[in-house]
Amino acid sequence: MKNKISSSGLKAWLYLLPALLFLGVFMVYPLVDVFIYSFEEGYNSASQTYLGVGAYNYSYVLHDPYFLQAVKNTFLLVVVTVPLSTGIALLISMGLHSIKPLRELFQTIYFLPYVTNTLAVGLVFMILFKKTAYSDGLINLLITWFGGEGVDFIDGPYWAKMFVLCFYTIWVVMPFKILILTSALSSVNQEYYQAAQVDGTSKFRIFMRITLPMISPMIFYLVITGFIGAFKAYSDVVALFGTNLNAAEMNTIVGYVYDMLYGDSGGYPSYASAAAIILFAVVLTITCVNLLISNKKVHY
Amino acid sequence: MEVVLQNLTKKFPGRDRKPRGDVIAVNDFNFVIPDGKLIGLLGPSGCGKSTTLHLISGLQKPTSGKIFFGEDDVTDLPPENRGIGLVFQNYALYPHLTVKQNILFPLQNLKGRDKLSKEQMLEKVYAAAKLVQIDELMDRKPRQLSGGQQQRVAIARALVKMPGVLLLDEPLSNLDARLRLQTREEIRRIQRETKITTIFVTHDQEEAMSISDMIVVMKDGVVQQIGKPQEVYDSPENLFVARFLGTPPINIFNGQIRDKMLYIGNDAILPVGDIPDGPVYVAIRPEGFLPGKDGAFCCRLKGVEVMGRDISVVCENDASISTAIRAILGTESRVDTSKPEIRFGVLARKVFLFDRETEERVYFEGDGHEKQDK
Repeated sequence: MKNKISSSGLKAWLYLLPALLFLGVFMVYPLVDVFIYSFEEGYNSASQTYLGVGAYNYSYVLHDPYFLQAVKNTFLLVVVTVPLSTGIALLISMGLHSIKPLRELFQTIYFLPYVTNTLAVGLVFMILFKKTAYSDGLINLLITWFGGEGVDFIDGPYWAKMFVLCFYTIWVVMPFKILILTSALSSVNQEYYQAAQVDGTSKFRIFMRITLPMISPMIFYLVITGFIGAFKAYSDVVALFGTNLNAAEMNTIVGYVYDMLYGDSGGYPSYASAAAIILFAVVLTITCVNLLISNKKVHY
Repeated sequence: MEVVLQNLTKKFPGRDRKPRGDVIAVNDFNFVIPDGKLIGLLGPSGCGKSTTLHLISGLQKPTSGKIFFGEDDVTDLPPENRGIGLVFQNYALYPHLTVKQNILFPLQNLKGRDKLSKEQMLEKVYAAAKLVQIDELMDRKPRQLSGGQQQRVAIARALVKMPGVLLLDEPLSNLDARLRLQTREEIRRIQRETKITTIFVTHDQEEAMSISDMIVVMKDGVVQQIGKPQEVYDSPENLFVARFLGTPPINIFNGQIRDKMLYIGNDAILPVGDIPDGPVYVAIRPEGFLPGKDGAFCCRLKGVEVMGRDISVVCENDASISTAIRAILGTESRVDTSKPEIRFGVLARKVFLFDRETEERVYFEGDGHEKQDK
């Protein structure tokens, strides 16, 4: 009997081996490696040498004004875009769910940004928002037309650039959320709504007490993936503001890591590793908190 | 509350969007449901019984016709203003709420004048829970309950506002056989205690027969017969009703009327009095056969099934429409299984004749249900 169990355990490991191998080589090993680099001062990847071991890399990164700027930008982006995009996506999917004619058409239109290249979209946003000596850009035209004063959203003040970045991010992440939420809404059994209707439940109460709890697993999924995605923002920022992000004050944590590795100030894998580990710790913490909350709130 | 259905008709648009393709789910339904009775809507699937229930609930609007609750015309009222309780086939209990919260839910919707204090609400919730005997389970979630318990919670939720009319859509179809027997008694008891006019839908004739004050048999959207269960069983108005009610099912034969005599094959079965000669359908209830040497009706014996309470004789006859004929006999009767043939006499009141064209009942002298008492 004991033999049987151990041999079937062996079999299980054998089946797991391919997946474990790949995960080990391409995920666990690099992760551990980055963790080690982050404690090795002045590591040189070409000569494989380092000066000493300690927390100096972390101290450097945490005192680097560029990194602090990147952290501020990233957190702003996360805090603004995740709730806003989820909320707006919920509103739009409720709308899509309640209309009958042309629903497929609207669903397709709302899904288009998802299949469009981010860099191309970034270019379009730049043209819309940029103000140059020759042209004001469409948005500024509208602003001045309504009596406001034009701002250069791409090279102008910090709040204007942040606004464009958030706007752009929300626009890009929305389709996926709408897709998930519309399918979640349509999977709610109609009988619950009929039962609520017979009991004379108000629309608002139906939404709060039935619809929201029923789709809450999907909402939490979107919030968690939204947080992770927003923390890893980089290509969107490049698409809007170019590669010299530190100068534009628009760098993100991932952008900082990239710059430390390959940018003009590059060649510092130790600092890059430390920044990456900090990001990893932040994302891990927030995801754990999210999961804790969702386990408390999602009951079935 | 008395419920009056007047020329109730519901059409669903067909696929090709032409009026001709319309599906008529309920066709000209007229019925006065007396106050405080338990009514069973009975029919095969797709016969329009659930649609009728939805029309009464207000979840669907009739194409034409009217619905009255007592004196009030409720045809155009939305469901929430009709004062009904509805129990869904799958119960539709909110999975994220506890039993208590589920039953509380309808009360929390009350507004203005009807608004209740917290204590009043809880009092009503516990009263409803006691009525259906789930007051021990108030803090469970629906998924922690068995099917029968979920059913009770659904009924409690429908009853908590003390509706004028209680509607049950296939209330027992999700329960296993034993629980079904128990729950249908339960529904009967709850209905008796609350005296709420109750309408329930079922495709199970035994279920409808056993607990209803009256049953309505439907087919293809058309009401076939309305009456007390025993009356409908004893005197079906057409072939469909005769076939639909009763287990084992009624036996149907091709018969002939010749000279005031009913023939099946060459056997002269019964004198039938003054009806015109011609072919008819003959339907005989399984309990209408009396075995005897001098019996007029001769069948090939296929076997005998002993059920404990009674025995079921399976035989064949060339004139039979169904492949096997079943006769139910008391255990005291002895059947000689060694002989290839068996002879029966028949009980006149268990024999029904139906027209070959219209499949409507042809009443005959001596069947005990002559037309005049209709």
